[in-house]
Amino acid sequence: MLYREAGQYKTSYQRDQAIFPIAQDRWVVWTFVAVAFLVVPFFVNDYWTNAVLLPLLIYGLAALGLNILVGYCGQISLGTGGFMAVGAYASYKLMTSFPEMNMILVVLLSGGITAAVGSLFGLPSLRIKGFYLAVATLAAQFFLVWLFNKVGWFYNYSMTGQITAPDREMFGFLLTGPSALPWVKYLFCLTILAVFALIAKNLVRGRLGRNWMAIRDMDIAAELIGVRPLLTKLSAFAVSSFYIGMAGSLLFSVYLGAVEVGEVFGINVSFLVLFMVIIGGLGSIVGSFMGAAFLVLLPIFLKNFMVDGFGMMPVTAKHVEILLMGLLIIFFLIVEPHGLARLWQITKEKLRMWPFPY
Amino acid sequence: MSAFVDPARMAGHSGMEKGEVLLRVDNVSLAFGGVKAITNISFDIVKGEVRAIIGPNGAGKTSMLNVINGFYHPQEGTITWRGKVRRKMKPYEAASNGIARTFQNVALFKGMTTLDNIMTGRGLKMKSNFIWQCLHWGPALKEEIEHRRKVEEIIDFLEIQAIRKTPVGRLPYGLQKRVELARALAMEPELLLLDEPMAGMNLEEKEDMSRFILDVNQQFGTTIALIEHDMGVVMDLSDRVVVLDYGRKIADGPPDEVQASQDVIDAYLGVPHEH
Amino acid sequence: MEFLIETILSGLMAGVMYSLVALGFVLIFKASGIFNFAQGVMCLFAALTFAGIMEKTGLPWPIAFVMTIGVMVFVAWAVERFVLRHLVNQEPIILFMVTIGLAYVLEGVGDILWGSDVKVLDIGLPSGASDYMLDNFNIYVEKLEVFAALIAAVLVGFLAIFFQKTRIGRALRAVADDHQAALSVGISLQTIWVIVWSVAGFVALVAGTLWGAKSGVQFSLSLIALKALPVLILGGFTSIPGAIVGGLIIGVGEKLAEIYVGPIVGGAIENWFAYMLALAFLLVRPQGLFGERIIERV
Repeated sequence: MLYREAGQYKTSYQRDQAIFPIAQDRWVVWTFVAVAFLVVPFFVNDYWTNAVLLPLLIYGLAALGLNILVGYCGQISLGTGGFMAVGAYASYKLMTSFPEMNMILVVLLSGGITAAVGSLFGLPSLRIKGFYLAVATLAAQFFLVWLFNKVGWFYNYSMTGQITAPDREMFGFLLTGPSALPWVKYLFCLTILAVFALIAKNLVRGRLGRNWMAIRDMDIAAELIGVRPLLTKLSAFAVSSFYIGMAGSLLFSVYLGAVEVGEVFGINVSFLVLFMVIIGGLGSIVGSFMGAAFLVLLPIFLKNFMVDGFGMMPVTAKHVEILLMGLLIIFFLIVEPHGLARLWQITKEKLRMWPFPY
Repeated sequence: MSAFVDPARMAGHSGMEKGEVLLRVDNVSLAFGGVKAITNISFDIVKGEVRAIIGPNGAGKTSMLNVINGFYHPQEGTITWRGKVRRKMKPYEAASNGIARTFQNVALFKGMTTLDNIMTGRGLKMKSNFIWQCLHWGPALKEEIEHRRKVEEIIDFLEIQAIRKTPVGRLPYGLQKRVELARALAMEPELLLLDEPMAGMNLEEKEDMSRFILDVNQQFGTTIALIEHDMGVVMDLSDRVVVLDYGRKIADGPPDEVQASQDVIDAYLGVPHEH
Repeated sequence: MEFLIETILSGLMAGVMYSLVALGFVLIFKASGIFNFAQGVMCLFAALTFAGIMEKTGLPWPIAFVMTIGVMVFVAWAVERFVLRHLVNQEPIILFMVTIGLAYVLEGVGDILWGSDVKVLDIGLPSGASDYMLDNFNIYVEKLEVFAALIAAVLVGFLAIFFQKTRIGRALRAVADDHQAALSVGISLQTIWVIVWSVAGFVALVAGTLWGAKSGVQFSLSLIALKALPVLILGGFTSIPGAIVGGLIIGVGEKLAEIYVGPIVGGAIENWFAYMLALAFLLVRPQGLFGERIIERV
């Protein structure tokens, strides 16, 4: 009953085109943001940051990036793991070559480098579509992982082949390295995510976003009304890879601290992020976060439930997790191909009418 | 009817006067492998007219439109656009040169709302750069609102206010066709190609659509080339008709003349049309 | 010289394996327009089940083999009943992603049922070097690989006849062209899909068995099976001869590249070479070696 838009008149196109045209939505979102920025940092500890919050924020950023490509522009990519690796190795090289560089700049530049690499692998998208493109991005996945494994320059010829993030500060607080503070890491990732989520929303509701969706929905018609296919697809690849690269950079430098490319950025990560996008909702910004939250929390829940609750072997629990993930994907694609985001939207529409729907 | 586009400015695309030849097709032939779709066709479209292209199924009408807006490239012949011979051109280049198009099978962006579909048609007119778009502020915001206003005028013109925020996939067929016309109009084209704009419509919808087409032509001076099977509509709407059969041109001229031509009667109409 | 021939031969044999997996893809794609990403995992699942049944029950292999066929038919039925039936006329991209989910389900079920440790699949297939080739031409060839090539040839012949000559084959092709049109002339989609997924399951079992006999049944098998994707790109999604030729090209190309290019760039390029080859090929000929050129219409 509280959720009503009666009496809220939009008197300008600007108001009508706002991200949250309904006042109640705005309040909820502002409250949520305020809590995330002003309250949560005082209560986080190591466990919560490392097990839940950081993966959620970082995978949320990656899912957002992939959603731009798959959900908005309709180009399938199975190369997410490889592109995240580009972001991670780019930030490693930047951090070790320029110790004075600000971490924000490191993350942004890593995103930029990934965007360049992503566009390169997006070039074939002009001539090939759908499954063919999926295979082309698999080429990126396998090639990039191999590259970072084989070429010593990327990991500074370290004996283990691993890359390790050196200590870096942000406003005098330790952000990376083993003794970094949880709330600093949290706030850093949260800020980046919040800013870039807003940018993504702005892009998809503007001209570029409409061109992406036009290409997705009917590429031939789009071209005939003046959308340039190559430029549009490449921009989607670039923007998407930029986000994914930043996620890779954060995953390495802030979250894990040390990375072995085959394990952390293998093809499973590509699938994981794709699943987040599908479950959360293709073509929905908020859906990307819902999907990321769902798949980050699911294994934790399953572990607590099955291993601690029922005394199941951890390895069996892992298998059950794989099985469950597959079932969920199938379930969502059959029941609601637009994912959690659509379910949420339907709930809101029902709420608007509640309790008198007729 | 609101004058959403200044007619003088529309006509001023190329600065051409009514009656000048806007587009000329000379000896064009198109083949797919061994199959000849179009054989040695020539005709012209003059500024400000409604030009109909008719013919039995498979006569090469849609192929002809595809050639005009650069989707297919003919093996032989030339196309002269605004007095200049056109080189091989990509569809999006044709679009930015003022050629808009609707499709035989509705080709809307199904996942987007009516509003977004029409806004996409304004894409060519929008100039704000990537950074401003990221911020959705300053020039980008100003531009969005300015073009939203134009789009709202088109929405008013075509009387589709009620479905503004409906995803087009959910609309009935007749309305989808109308949204498609709106999207093409949003491009403020100099030449509008309509591929069977009334296919599958009932009488009432056909009347509405005919009225819109005539309004567009008369108010904004937009030149129109249309393919249509309903002879009544063709004879009423068009200034001149070109008739194709098996990829060849068999008649060209005003509706009455074409209707009386023995070739056309033999090839296509069978009996003189009574309406 | 002998070494080059040996390399090419072993590449051809590996190629046969890829072809077998690709064959399963082509079957399903032809009949349902679905790009079945789970085909690789189906190979793994079939081989796991086969090995698992023998290990747990001690039955002789022919019986276990037939039982595994039964399991694969059941999988086909379940896929149709619980997944495909609900997705008729969905966009191809949705169907593709569903098969990724299916791959996870099969992997999870296989692991839960049979465990994820490496299994040896010993059913008395010929092994070791072919003495005949070694004695007469001084060339080392694995017997198992020759056997695999023979099996593949028989399978392909059988499938070609099945598709071209039988009534079911004709129905399959009709379904591939247009679901709704096929339904309207009285073809039962459900039956056709169960049949084609069963056949694909059978092909997967054969491929999985041959592979498992060579290097043990383990998870990496499904990753190797992913190489069927570049094979398909070379050969075209709908062409059985294409799958075979594509497989052979990839197999040989990979081996040659590993030996002659690998050392220069640091080795282990087998992981990605096939994909890059396919990618380069796509840019030149997007429809594949045997695919038909598509004329786009509006």
